[in-house]
Amino acid sequence: MTEISKEQVKHVANLARLALTEEEVETFTQQLGDIINYAELLNELDTDNVEPTTHVLDLKNVMRKDEPKEWIKKEDALKNAPDQKDGQFRVPSILE
Amino acid sequence: MSLFDYTLKELQEKLHNKEITVSDLVEASYNRINEVDDQVKAFLTLNEEEAKKQAKALDEKLGSDASVLYGMPIGIKDNIVTKGLRTTCASQILDNLNDPLYDATVIQKLNKENTVNIGKLNMDEFAMGSSTENSSYENTRNPWNTDYVPGGSSGGSAAAVAAGEVFFSLGSDTGGSIRQPAAFCGVVGMKPTYGLVSRFGLVAFASSLDQIGPITRTVEDNAHLLQAIVGHDNMDSTSANVNIPNYGDAFKEDVKGLRIAVPKEYLQEGVDPEVKEAVLAALKQYEELGATWEEVSLPHSKYAVAAYYLLAASEASANLARFDGVRYGKRTEKNVDMIDMFKESRAEGFGDEVKRRIMLGTFALSSGYYDAYYKKAQKVRTLIKNDFEKIFDEYDVVIGPTTPTPAYKIGEKIDDPLTMYTDDVLTTPVNLAGLPGMSIPCGFSSEGLPIGLQIIGRHFDEATIYRTAYAYEQATDHHKKRPNLGGDR
Amino acid sequence: MTNFETVIGLEVHVELKTASKIFSPSPNAFGSEPNANVNPIDLGYPGVLPVLNEEAVNYAMKAAMAINCDIATNTKFDRKNYFYPDNPKAYQISQFDQPIGENGWIEIEVNGEKKKIGITRLHLEEDAGKLTHGDDGYSLVDYNRQGTPLVEIVSEPDIRTPEEAYAYLEKLKNIIQYTGVSDCKMEEGSLRCDANISIRPVGQEEFGTKTELKNLNSFSFVQKGLEFEEKRQREVLLNGGEILQETRRYDEQKKETILMRVKEGSDDYRYFPEPDLVPLYIDDAWKERIRAEIPELPDARRERYVKELDLPAYDAGVLTSTKEMSDFFEEAIEAGADVKQASNWLMGEVSAYMNKQQVEIQDLKMTPAALAKMIQLIEDGTISSKMAKKVFAELVENGGDPEKIVKDKGLVQISDEGQLREIITGILDENEQSIIDFKNGKDKALGFLVGQTMKATKGQANPPMVNKIIKEEIEKR
Repeated sequence: MTEISKEQVKHVANLARLALTEEEVETFTQQLGDIINYAELLNELDTDNVEPTTHVLDLKNVMRKDEPKEWIKKEDALKNAPDQKDGQFRVPSILE
Repeated sequence: MSLFDYTLKELQEKLHNKEITVSDLVEASYNRINEVDDQVKAFLTLNEEEAKKQAKALDEKLGSDASVLYGMPIGIKDNIVTKGLRTTCASQILDNLNDPLYDATVIQKLNKENTVNIGKLNMDEFAMGSSTENSSYENTRNPWNTDYVPGGSSGGSAAAVAAGEVFFSLGSDTGGSIRQPAAFCGVVGMKPTYGLVSRFGLVAFASSLDQIGPITRTVEDNAHLLQAIVGHDNMDSTSANVNIPNYGDAFKEDVKGLRIAVPKEYLQEGVDPEVKEAVLAALKQYEELGATWEEVSLPHSKYAVAAYYLLAASEASANLARFDGVRYGKRTEKNVDMIDMFKESRAEGFGDEVKRRIMLGTFALSSGYYDAYYKKAQKVRTLIKNDFEKIFDEYDVVIGPTTPTPAYKIGEKIDDPLTMYTDDVLTTPVNLAGLPGMSIPCGFSSEGLPIGLQIIGRHFDEATIYRTAYAYEQATDHHKKRPNLGGDR
Repeated sequence: MTNFETVIGLEVHVELKTASKIFSPSPNAFGSEPNANVNPIDLGYPGVLPVLNEEAVNYAMKAAMAINCDIATNTKFDRKNYFYPDNPKAYQISQFDQPIGENGWIEIEVNGEKKKIGITRLHLEEDAGKLTHGDDGYSLVDYNRQGTPLVEIVSEPDIRTPEEAYAYLEKLKNIIQYTGVSDCKMEEGSLRCDANISIRPVGQEEFGTKTELKNLNSFSFVQKGLEFEEKRQREVLLNGGEILQETRRYDEQKKETILMRVKEGSDDYRYFPEPDLVPLYIDDAWKERIRAEIPELPDARRERYVKELDLPAYDAGVLTSTKEMSDFFEEAIEAGADVKQASNWLMGEVSAYMNKQQVEIQDLKMTPAALAKMIQLIEDGTISSKMAKKVFAELVENGGDPEKIVKDKGLVQISDEGQLREIITGILDENEQSIIDFKNGKDKALGFLVGQTMKATKGQANPPMVNKIIKEEIEKR
């Protein structure tokens, strides 16, 4: 049985940049624990000599030529920006 | 007129004979939406003004060389990017994405075919879910009984077709999200081979599993729509460069001598007796049509759900990281610094299921757990893929139920994520193996809810699936039944 | 007192100058208006996918080969996950466990000693956008740089002194520039460097705790920062303190390193294979094709200049310090310039001009052929060295044909002996006293007479000839 602790949940939430309420931490601790325990099912299988699959198709060397192409209009780059200034995206700074 | 009453071919004939116009079709679509979408709630965004303008233009330029899809009203799942048309993935985090700046490759292809985009369809947020209850906007309802879920995540896409609001639609399938709602709503849904349809412009959930596919009322219409959206795309590095057959040719052949494999794992406990019965009846039908079937084993089936959820969640945790409130989408109104801006924007913008999967995926990839979970799941993926390869050495298609049960009631399972996940046991192996799989109606439960038959084929052998599905469809009349939603029906 | 040994490792990022970005077709250009060179891929819009630029792979291979790396046959890309506004997908597409190049080395020379510095790996990745911090609590993001192809070159912990670090960087830059895959301009950010430094008592096997220096804006700041850090760490340890795993920056004004943040544990980037890109299989034919495109590298060239052109080692070093200088030199010789003369001009006047004007040799108006022509004009006596300086001044500013400049400025040297003798006879006639002075041993008098001759010929007389003729004519009197 893999136990997932509240501290782990908080750590993972921080990595994933998700603000969680204490209540959510509780719920996720239990639910992630359940799911992870279910996933332990995979340990029944001996996979020592099995190659992992990242791509189901056996494609290789898919590349494009080095040719610049116009796509969107310059003003469209900031069209959906939540905040902008002087043609740049504006974000709050990091507090030191 | 009603979109219900004709096949694609018949409608095209009427268009060219000037019995109807594209404007009539588009009008019929919006009329039906006005009539029934209060009950079904399939649509998130309508494209009415633009669609009617387009219909008029199409009526003016209709020529004898028009494509088979010319002027047909289509609905698009809201995770497929449409230039100038709001694209939300049913998430609050993209609530204000009114113009995502470009068209997905499938949309560009449909534009060439001159279909008319009626609007964007509801779904589980970011395609995470099996009931469309994870939409942050509304619960889409099953047209056969509006107390029931339509399935998901392409619940809006399946319900809109079943309700006759659009002629057909596009959905996406990562672990069953086309086939399962198609089964629940009694329509035809195809998840093509991974790499057959470009993913460019499909908002990624799990990149190595996602595929766009068509949802239609009939098998033949399905093939026509798939034909329009397939093909190599140099904007998608995982797009396959293969010869595309003319799927229409599949309908000229029968299924005499077709070798069907029926995995015993697909009819084991957990599968509703009525579902099992319907599938066995379908197999009987195939025997009558001259096909043979045998029970086989896909021994790693029971591991598919665990492997699938680890892999899909891991990829999703990275794919959904871009929603950070910087360039587009929701940003928290709270006055916070950069890191809390990320955290609060994402906390406010994502729903519970999305958060749960991001958490799961982040955990599975995190230091110390990668090998035990992510990599282990990738290895199990190999085993599942090998299971199918072995079967396809001897059989032409694999057949089983699409889902263990018919649709369930709204709210019935939403508080139990794990049970909801394990319901995907029959669909997720197909995505893990990258195979094409299709769901067609094969009967109804005693409660009057549709049951889906799943047909799985070899890589890039959609043609054989269509042939198999068509033979059954023509021999039965499940596809001719219509839900009763009132209105013009 | 304990003796300490310093261990330095360098991480160098070099931007590749492809025409378009690594995973999107946006132009790869420096100095555009903010967010002018971006498209939905660079902005990390929902639904976009990366497609690999073939040239970026070729360039990375070239750079890796030039620093003696083994080139991977099977390689792939991975996602490196971290949130920052300049990282639009919140993952950077990079290479984790299968870098394109491994096990390389370069040779440096410090105080006449040669030393091989190992290179752990070279991998290919995408550059991030640019975040500018304001003083109003906000920062601004420009994504023009996002997606610029970048190689990261990680050295083995072989470097033992800040001076070696400097030499390593100079050499690395030199080699990469020769391959032509990058400008390596630190001031434009196309070459960037982070340095890790730790110290340990001499004889100790395991490394000490390292600190990381970031935001180093020039090679000399790298050296100065490392020198400061070396001293600081020693003092901390000698005072019984402990080195913390820190990130520090070098303050150019204060000339010291300043703490940015203390690292807690290691970062968890959650690398995993990029599912949107398929693997690369680099077969021998591909490798050989790229290897054949690598031009002669600086070490080989320098050696050739010494052996075949008979240049002093120092001069050969200066001439090969940049590929552009060296190519200029070779083209001048090709056009007929004397080796020694060409070398002297490039190391002297040309370098002085470039320094003064802060320009690069490739930006000069003067062509290698023009320099060669000018040198020939000096050699055949058409112009004097003094005149050549005037010709050079014109040539370097405005370009053109040296012969035409000489003609237009009326700079042709008078080397006609009869003509000079006639002028000199006249000058001697008018300066009897100088003849007497010279005969009385006053050498200055000769200088005066030469000066008078040059004045009379508007500086065009051939000076050695004037000297000779004056002496002969005085003898006669």
